[in-house]
Amino acid sequence: MDDLVVLRVGTKILIPFILLFALYVQFHGDYGPGGGFQAGVIFAAAYVLYALVFGIGNALRVMPAKVVYACGAVGVMIFVGTGFVTMGLGGVFLDYNVLAHEPSHGQHYGIIAVELGVLVTVFGVMVAIFYAFAGRRRLDP
Amino acid sequence: MIEFVDVALLVLLAITGVTIIRLRNLFAAVMMAGIYSLLSAALFVVMDAVDVAFTEAAVGAGISTVLMLGTLALVGHQEKKPRRPAIVPLFVVLVTGGILVYGTSQMPPFGHADNPIHQHVAPYYLEESEHDIEIPNVVTSVLSSYRGYDTMGETAVVFTAMVGVLLLLARGPLPRRVLLGGEWRTVRPGTTREELRAEAAHALDADGSDGDGSGGTTPGSPGSEDIVGEQGGKHG
Repeated sequence: MDDLVVLRVGTKILIPFILLFALYVQFHGDYGPGGGFQAGVIFAAAYVLYALVFGIGNALRVMPAKVVYACGAVGVMIFVGTGFVTMGLGGVFLDYNVLAHEPSHGQHYGIIAVELGVLVTVFGVMVAIFYAFAGRRRLDP
Repeated sequence: MIEFVDVALLVLLAITGVTIIRLRNLFAAVMMAGIYSLLSAALFVVMDAVDVAFTEAAVGAGISTVLMLGTLALVGHQEKKPRRPAIVPLFVVLVTGGILVYGTSQMPPFGHADNPIHQHVAPYYLEESEHDIEIPNVVTSVLSSYRGYDTMGETAVVFTAMVGVLLLLARGPLPRRVLLGGEWRTVRPGTTREELRAEAAHALDADGSDGDGSGGTTPGSPGSEDIVGEQGGKHG
């Protein structure tokens, strides 16, 4: 890959914008199309692009496989944990109204929390599946 | 005008689908599948389902294309020619398609306000979302708040998908003993598969056997199975 200068430089220019767009999709999900799932996929796409151009070895140094697997589980825990927090505060499971004094503010916090959980899970799962495929190399005859 | 866009997109979709069936080069087929997803996303935009279109473009045209390419790197780029024409699959597809087309004749007209789908909980969500949740995007308020359980289940499903793929494809650490080149070896902890494979190739070269005797490893030890599979691939 050392000779593909245009590809490497182009990727380096693109990746920050893709990551920024993923954050926009995540935090703008309340106002326009988008949300945790789409943002997670776009995050993963940026990361997979990096792995494709700079090699799976470098990608594994940025984020080892164990970290990615943990992401997949932590996101679900954030989502379910939000439900338990609302139960602890006296509401029912995933009733965000109790998260703040004003019910609508509570809804905002709750939605941000669960969307974060979805983002983390989707990112972790997409990258984990990519690792699983890319980690198996075909032996040439 | 909008009908023209619909018809144009659907025609392109049909052309892409038929092209995918006829292609024997799997690399080209994967690229066409990406185009198919992009066209579907455009169709969803025309139907005002921007959130769905967004997901389709990101997942269908983006990630799944990369995963398909990853699969092609393992299985090769060329599909074998079928030995005889596929009559039975063609029959199944025609019958299923016919039933589906017949089913649409009973469906309520697209986008009509009196449709059952618009009579149940949807009016409440649309009218009360701005008071209950106070965010402008009703899709987000339905997904995350009104239907929070469903989204939690979906997140768990995505997680389960990861677990399934990892169980099938990921390579854990090597077992302590592997059958390699017809003899059992004890593996030093920390040995990579590449080192082991190089060692085995060396040993095979030395005694001149062709390595086909490496079958019959302990069942249920993923690492040793893995190596045998790879050696089988070498000769196959």
